[in-house]
Amino acid sequence: MKTTLTVNGQLRHLDADPRTTLLDALRNHLNLTGSKKGCDHGQCGACTVIVNGRRINSCLSLACMHDSDEVVTIEGLGTPEHLSALQQAFVSHDGFQCGFCTPGQICSATAMLDEVEAGWPSHVSADVTAKQDLTVEEISERMSGNLCRCSAYPNIVDAIMDVAGSAKR
Amino acid sequence: MTLHLKMDDRDDRYRLDDMVQGLVGTATDRPEGKLKVSGKASYAMDALPDDVCHGVLVRATITHGKLRNMDTEAVKVLPGIRTVITGKRMLRNPAQGMAGKAPIQGSDDIAYFGQPIALVVADTLEQARHGALVLRLELEAKGDAVVNPHDPEASVEKPKTEQVLIGDLDEAMKKAAFTVDQHYTTPGHSSAAMEPHASVAHWHGDSVTLRGSYQMLAYNRAELADALGISEKNVRILAPYVGGGFGAKLGISPEAVAAALASKELGVPVAVSMTRQQVFETTMRRSETNQRIRLAADGNGLLTGIGHEALVSNLPGEDFSEPVTQATRFLYRGENREIVHKIARVHRTCAGSVRAPGEAVGLTVLEIAMDELAEKAGIDPVELRKKNIPDQDPTDQIPFSSHTLAEALDEGARRFGWDKRNPKPRATRDGEWFVGIGMASAVRVNMLIESQARVTLSADGRAMIETDMTDIGTGTYAILGQIAGEMLGLPMEDVETRLGDTEFPPASGSGGSFGAASNGTAVMLGCEEIRRQLCKKLDCQDSDMTLKGGYAIVGNKRIALREVLDGDTLVGEGHVQPGKAEKKVRQATYGSYFAEVGVNSVTGETRLRRMLGVFAAGRILNAKTARSQCLGGMTFGIGMALTEELIHDRRDGHLVNHDFAEYHLPVNADVPQIEVVLLEERDEWANPLQAKGIGELGICGAAASIVNAIYNACGVRVRQLPATLDKVIDGLDEPA
Repeated sequence: MKTTLTVNGQLRHLDADPRTTLLDALRNHLNLTGSKKGCDHGQCGACTVIVNGRRINSCLSLACMHDSDEVVTIEGLGTPEHLSALQQAFVSHDGFQCGFCTPGQICSATAMLDEVEAGWPSHVSADVTAKQDLTVEEISERMSGNLCRCSAYPNIVDAIMDVAGSAKR
Repeated sequence: MTLHLKMDDRDDRYRLDDMVQGLVGTATDRPEGKLKVSGKASYAMDALPDDVCHGVLVRATITHGKLRNMDTEAVKVLPGIRTVITGKRMLRNPAQGMAGKAPIQGSDDIAYFGQPIALVVADTLEQARHGALVLRLELEAKGDAVVNPHDPEASVEKPKTEQVLIGDLDEAMKKAAFTVDQHYTTPGHSSAAMEPHASVAHWHGDSVTLRGSYQMLAYNRAELADALGISEKNVRILAPYVGGGFGAKLGISPEAVAAALASKELGVPVAVSMTRQQVFETTMRRSETNQRIRLAADGNGLLTGIGHEALVSNLPGEDFSEPVTQATRFLYRGENREIVHKIARVHRTCAGSVRAPGEAVGLTVLEIAMDELAEKAGIDPVELRKKNIPDQDPTDQIPFSSHTLAEALDEGARRFGWDKRNPKPRATRDGEWFVGIGMASAVRVNMLIESQARVTLSADGRAMIETDMTDIGTGTYAILGQIAGEMLGLPMEDVETRLGDTEFPPASGSGGSFGAASNGTAVMLGCEEIRRQLCKKLDCQDSDMTLKGGYAIVGNKRIALREVLDGDTLVGEGHVQPGKAEKKVRQATYGSYFAEVGVNSVTGETRLRRMLGVFAAGRILNAKTARSQCLGGMTFGIGMALTEELIHDRRDGHLVNHDFAEYHLPVNADVPQIEVVLLEERDEWANPLQAKGIGELGICGAAASIVNAIYNACGVRVRQLPATLDKVIDGLDEPA
């Protein structure tokens, strides 16, 4: 099935089995293996990518549903030579250990900061109409869709705190 | 040249303290970190060859019985299907850690629900998945399969080496001023590493290369060779990055052998990744445990007796049994001791190592019992533990190599504000929450495992480390680079570390907290050998040579290493083996936990508010990665205390909650900003680094501090983990 999508700013043409998930299309067809498959059921968040500005579990979505969509993966956020501010903060704060959930964590955090800036409240927001301060509690809540079995959670929160509020992500 | 060391005695040379590069112990960033945060670190399934085929495992839907037939022809006609693999070489379950040989093989005999019995291979993953879904199996179930450890029909073994009987515990219990005699249970746990077990196999002639997600490559190579019936020489395993292991990837597992068999038949590379549900059901679980603790203490709270009985389970034919009582042998004093260890044979998913086998669940229960004793005796829980620290290992009657429990308890109590604790339950309220604090001791046995590494100092003055060691998130890339940089006087960026390839010298692998110390020692020995060769070139003694920043300093001369090498490349291999040292002294790591919880007075829900861990593990090699390992261990403890529980169907033993929706790992919101403190320590008996393992210490007893805090908060003593709200809420009606 033919699908055209923009991935990390580049137009990509896909001719894949209609059963192919967005995650498998990225990994097996477009050679973007940064996004990981931890559960294939939308339960772990390792496959998180940003589609049209919003974070989604790419394992829960078929590639053919994304014709003309704009997808940003971890590879689109920065490279080892030019890391994004969040990527660098994850290194400095040891916001990972094995690193498998990390691309998903960073994609998720990148989009989460936009959500906060847009004024979206969370389950722990005391006032859903107010502008949310990015407290430890807010970050932990908003990042709870991304599992980390090594449990770098406290370091992930520190890394995000470090970058939150600064212009660069 | 190889520098070989058999650890028969203490090593009090403190070689690392002679070095001046200043790398070891520092909070250096992981050198591979930039690759991990940019999606460029390549895990098992991240480098698929172009012509790869995909395989999906098909598993038994009965508990015990025979595979009579399968309708492969109906599947083979589907689009893209290439083959269906089954037969006598398929693994029943993964190999146990350090087995070095294949586990029970064959798809005809089914021993548990979910056992892999076939692999459907197709051009694409989507085709293979469909083929696996529609493959019809003809299975013949044997009735009356025992699936519960408590089933009176279960065959129960009592391995001789695991039992201890010293003095007369019954008599001590009768005479004691204070006693505890309680039963406890812990459920099965899953390692649940984020990267599923996965393998990509590719044959070249008679040799197979397997890219997999494994922890102990030298052993895995032997296991895979044995399973395939080929020589080890013809097996190469690659695992440069491993997305977590926690014990589940110690031994070769079914997907590896199936991928290799399929690749051999088809002549193309075959990739097999387990689904998350398969990881839960067909890789290792930590056994559930049923434990009884008996404590006898005199009027001053001094223990006169300790009894620890454990019943665990495993599949028939598996020799692993969760070593629940391993730390009870030496943690606390008491002249009357009784340890009973039993294993029931059940048809459930195979039991094996999950982070800190033994202490993770055994110490947790012992530490809940100690809290109960403290309550009965009216003694502060920290004090009770301190006064019961023995002078030597009370079971084996050997001295301790070093002992830091008292220091860890004092330091933790001071930092956490333990003196503000009200020992009376339900004394503190915060709105609808009861607030309480609790503590526990940490202890984990320390091990050294045979390990080798090669260090090459090339003519340009850069060093390279090669070993088939793995980094499963533990920080191996960082700490090996730091050790070599320290020993050779090189900055981190001038040391390259190559791991995860069985073409390199065989290492200990990652497991049992022994990786850093064992393989780090091999690297250190390799560097010592290179230093010997440099001394020869400089015509000096090692004690007269200082290496720093890429220079050698001898007397008043400072010469660039490149100049010293003069075009030569120096190679040093290090080889360490355990020796008599481990029998002469009791080696262990120690620590303490302090936790504050809120227990909701309406729902019984527990939320962790604060947690502190204080740990000593000999020399800390990297303050940053060591801390992260402790954070990870403590979070496993949070899961064990509050949410994690494998649930087996009582009728057929199948795992009911086989994914992340139903098996609840701690998420970010469940984990507060935990604090970790690492104590300064050197252990001369451990190895020349004076370092001990730290990967598992943080889970050992952690859950007890939370369960004890729940008691302090609301007066409900939970003895069946995890402490879910249903177990707490009933007790809230009773007066505290």
